[in-house]
Amino acid sequence: MNQKIEKVKKETSPKRKVFFNFIMAFIIGGIICIIGELFTMLFIKLKVEKDIANIYSVIVMVFLGSLTTGLGLYDKLGQIAGCGTIIPITGFANSMTSSALESKSEGVILGIINNMFKLAGSVIVAGVVSGVVVGAIRYLLGI
Amino acid sequence: MIMKILYAFLIGGALCAIGQLILDKFKLLPIHITLLYVLLGSIFDIGNLYDKLIEFAGSGASLPISSFGHSIVHSALEKANELGILGIFVGVFDKTASGITAAIVFAFFISLIFKPKG
Repeated sequence: MNQKIEKVKKETSPKRKVFFNFIMAFIIGGIICIIGELFTMLFIKLKVEKDIANIYSVIVMVFLGSLTTGLGLYDKLGQIAGCGTIIPITGFANSMTSSALESKSEGVILGIINNMFKLAGSVIVAGVVSGVVVGAIRYLLGI
Repeated sequence: MIMKILYAFLIGGALCAIGQLILDKFKLLPIHITLLYVLLGSIFDIGNLYDKLIEFAGSGASLPISSFGHSIVHSALEKANELGILGIFVGVFDKTASGITAAIVFAFFISLIFKPKG
């Protein structure tokens, strides 16, 4: 019985186009990183220190990710690019803006403010937990 | 300068493509990949490996979410060198604060302005 279910599952579940997805994620993820790099170069040209230029560039990319989500473009791109739009920081901005937008109908407080971190919260929780654990181990071991 | 852009494309693209490959091969959800990358980023801070990658690839390494995990460990340890173990709690958000703050502010105002699209 179980084997039958597995067989039907295999036949009916949509096939993932592994190679196509791989290439699209590479190209679009790479292009997003190029845009970020160009902004970093622009800020360095404007005589901003290198580390600070990087921070500016991240903020600009977050803004662009947020804006294109508002315009409905980022999610369309995401359907083609998969991880190419999820892994860059613009994907973080996208997950926050889209969950805020989705629940906008419930109002500003109950909708936008309440739901903004619905998706992005997991990244922060994981980052802080793994960061503190790894940091504490390394601090105590002195590496 | 051209090389810097090329490296950003190659490393950034490769990080995204590897994530996509893992996602497809193991039939995971996008959230698993982001969490995996954050975790790997915090581990690869050891020996300043991730800093070397950022030095080499620029935005190709600093834009992917793995740099979020890296920055958290890095700034926590930096503060820990000043304040002892307390520094880990104080310093966690030192480097990532700008990105998170920007994301919150922009997400708030843009969701106020725009209408949700199907």
